Amino acid sequence: MEIKILGSGCQKCIKLAEATEQAAKELGIEINLEKVTDIEKIMSYSVMSTPALVVDGVVKIKGRVPSKDEIKKILS
Amino acid sequence: MNIFNWLNSILLKMDWLSHLVKIFTEQVLQLDSKERFGASVHFFIYDVIKIFILLSVLIFFISWVQSFFPPERTKKILGNMSGLKAKIVGALMGTITPFCSCSSIPLFIGFTNAGLPVAVTFSFLISSPLVDLASVILLASIFNWPIALAYVITGIVMAVIGGSIIGQAKMERYIEDFVLKNKMEDLEQEELSIKERTQFAVDQVKDVFQRVWIYVVIGVGIGATIHNWIPEDVISALIGKDKWWSVIVATIMGVPMYADIFGTLPIAEALVKKGVGLGTALAFMMSVTALSLPSIVMLKKVVKMPLLVMFIGITSTGIIIIGYLFNTFDYLFF
Repeated sequence: MEIKILGSGCQKCIKLAEATEQAAKELGIEINLEKVTDIEKIMSYSVMSTPALVVDGVVKIKGRVPSKDEIKKILS
Repeated sequence: MNIFNWLNSILLKMDWLSHLVKIFTEQVLQLDSKERFGASVHFFIYDVIKIFILLSVLIFFISWVQSFFPPERTKKILGNMSGLKAKIVGALMGTITPFCSCSSIPLFIGFTNAGLPVAVTFSFLISSPLVDLASVILLASIFNWPIALAYVITGIVMAVIGGSIIGQAKMERYIEDFVLKNKMEDLEQEELSIKERTQFAVDQVKDVFQRVWIYVVIGVGIGATIHNWIPEDVISALIGKDKWWSVIVATIMGVPMYADIFGTLPIAEALVKKGVGLGTALAFMMSVTALSLPSIVMLKKVVKMPLLVMFIGITSTGIIIIGYLFNTFDYLFF
């Protein structure tokens, strides 16, 4: 699964990345996680509030850090 | 004493906390709170705790409100308006948007990309760091309500005028091309449950707290030092009420500094107590929060030099004017 975390390196982006990695690990899913910090690239996803979670090119969460369980639901 | 004053002194001024800290300073630390060192310690402990309490409670409630105004919704609201009304609402929206410039830049891009006029986006961009609900309540706590209200009104007026000037000057051409190219789609709005809103608000509190606590401690430390250790004549010689240059010096000193409004308030408080003009102290506070190197660096990525220079110029001129206004009319507030 291709996962992208969008955000300009704020505290919450780091938290979202950690939570996503955790969730994937617990589900036993292989993911390829990339952090996107470039503002122009973030914009190309039509996202206005960071952090955002993008799974296989689709924006799933934006502007908040979801709980691990919520991420698990999105990933599975 | 009426009910409003009573609530004010319990919830905002927290006189009870001041008494508790006084007892702690005198009984536990064995310091005389009338004597210089004891007074500094008292001021420091009391102010840090007070700001931390207010900060956490306020950010929780503001984030709750915020969760009803995601950027997509704000964009839609603003898109349906025009003229002065759009600019005023843009500036008002700035007061309930996130607390750091790292989040206002993506918003700026989204608004501009959606075709909102520059006048509106800049009204928003100027008011966003300057006026937020939390800073208003803190101003009311540290100074008083009339000052807090006057601060909001002048901040919003300045944002609207600044935005209008930038709009008049046709500065659209100085926005980086990528912001306008590649139309952003409207993403679907997610409906949050009460539980998710609460989680969002709690996360915001934690996030803001982690980011600003150090500024608060440093700010209060500087405030306590000014308050008790720096002689009044040194301060008044530099930026005293009777010095015409005081507001300009305070504004210029504030620009490169980066701190949160929560950290600058205690400094402003201490300055005013030392006989510095209210306008001078507010100008310092505004320039520290509205203009800072990190936010200028962020903005540089989306706008070209002439617009950036104009933004900085207009904002600092506005701050200086507000400073002089407050200094001239400060007898109304005390």
